[in-house]
Amino acid sequence: MKLLYFASLRQKIGLPEEDVDVPAYVRNVADLIDWLMTRGPGYEAAFENRKLIRAAIDQEHAKLDALLGSPKEVAFFPPVTGG
Amino acid sequence: MNRVQTEDFDINDEIAALTEGRSDIGAVVSFTGLVRDVTLTLEHYAGMTERELSKLEADANARWQLQGVTIIHRIGTLHPADNIVLVVTASKHRKDAFEAAEFLMDYLKTRAPFWKREGDEWVEAKDSDDTAAERWK
Repeated sequence: MKLLYFASLRQKIGLPEEDVDVPAYVRNVADLIDWLMTRGPGYEAAFENRKLIRAAIDQEHAKLDALLGSPKEVAFFPPVTGG
Repeated sequence: MNRVQTEDFDINDEIAALTEGRSDIGAVVSFTGLVRDVTLTLEHYAGMTERELSKLEADANARWQLQGVTIIHRIGTLHPADNIVLVVTASKHRKDAFEAAEFLMDYLKTRAPFWKREGDEWVEAKDSDDTAAERWK
């Protein structure tokens, strides 16, 4: 699965993107976050406050309980600040 | 029509592009967002941004009778008084153009994946922007 990180999340994780093999129990966005947080302190810091995490599955906004399916890419980012 | 670009835009050119050769437009509303006080760097999620802006445009067209919509958002490093964002709406009568322009800006601020950084600090999202977007539901 291709994961993309933007803005403060990218800085905390230290990567703009990566390809990962996720365990079978990871079914929705929240599961994916739980699993990512086991991967090191950068991930822990990035996902610490879930209220400030936004996700997109295949470039569509997705809630934490959204099922992942077999996406091309999943992105994580803080609330947007454009305009 | 929507574009994401590093270069500046010219409001008059964009309005002209929307209205040229047409006699069915009675109202044009434009909103320009400018950088205030500080130097900002803007990044975005290429691909998703364009999809979101196209969706906003389609939403606006479904809700109001519009003859044309232009959305332009800049990325990269921007200085005080620089243009950041442009929304232009054209309609037969002013109400549609006014309301659609406000709707587009409110939704853009809560849905389009852009992030502003001021020096080393990421700008935090405002609850007031969510409240502004909520009223269109």
